[in-house]
Amino acid sequence: MLFSVQVEVSLRDGVADPQGATIERSLPHLGFDGVRGVRVGKSIRFDLESADEAAARAEVEDLCSRFLTNPVIETAEISLTAVDAAGSAS
Amino acid sequence: MAPRIGVVLFPGSNCEHDVMEAVRALGGDAEILWHGDASLGQVDAVVVPGGFAHGDYLRPGAIARFSPVMGAVVDFAANGGPVLGICNGFQVLTEAGLLPGALQKNRGLKFLCTTVGLRVETTASVLTNQATVGDVLRVPINHFEGNYTCSPEVLEELRSGDRVVLRYVENPNGSVDDIAGITNEGRNVVGLMPHPERAMSDLLGSADGVPLLESFLSSASERAAQPA
Repeated sequence: MLFSVQVEVSLRDGVADPQGATIERSLPHLGFDGVRGVRVGKSIRFDLESADEAAARAEVEDLCSRFLTNPVIETAEISLTAVDAAGSAS
Repeated sequence: MAPRIGVVLFPGSNCEHDVMEAVRALGGDAEILWHGDASLGQVDAVVVPGGFAHGDYLRPGAIARFSPVMGAVVDFAANGGPVLGICNGFQVLTEAGLLPGALQKNRGLKFLCTTVGLRVETTASVLTNQATVGDVLRVPINHFEGNYTCSPEVLEELRSGDRVVLRYVENPNGSVDDIAGITNEGRNVVGLMPHPERAMSDLLGSADGVPLLESFLSSASERAAQPA
């Protein structure tokens, strides 16, 4: 089965996010006064061929902990969608 | 015999020649270790230099740690061999699990290129065995992601184990507990953000990197004198 995978990497709670803080400080200059709690992360997308959803999820979790994130400061949220041969979500 | 220092070259490293020049100025032999080779040859110590290994893609050091050479560096370190990670090299060593914690973006989100004061906190490391505790050394920093962070448990281990090697006199980047450099439990692996190889001559601003790299060469010489 082919899965479309999206991994959202974000800083752990409590880890300072200077990028987020800088964006938040800049927003009032544009007139956005109500924005709070800006956190910056990254999104990584790929396709994965795997036997079933459980196997795919296990593989992506392993990939995230060993490579896509630094577990000291980051966490990953994983979304899996099965895709049919034509490439659209089934 | 002069100790042989291997300097790892990744695609994107850019301080390898500075390190080799500094090593040679102190009487050591220096050679490049190519990232694609899984062997360190006959070197007595390894430096992972600064730069932007693999473009710092994903995270600094995240891709470099899977290079064939890093497996050999990990084995060498496990066997007591002296290993020094400078700047990007420090980031590579944390990603490779040779040193605890991580380096994140500087507080203030500025790339820092300046000279800072570093206080020597211990002489029980391969980088400081010829230095004096309490000495303040002036050494350049040149980084965007040098903000050292770790869990409270790891910080306690570093403090109680006398493993903080250097602290900033004035914290430039937000590092926890003003940490500029740390060592591993075996005290043979050191990582630091500042660049001692760029502080080798008073004429160029500071010669305070000399005692640090002399310490490292002294550790390499000890290693060379050990029976294989």
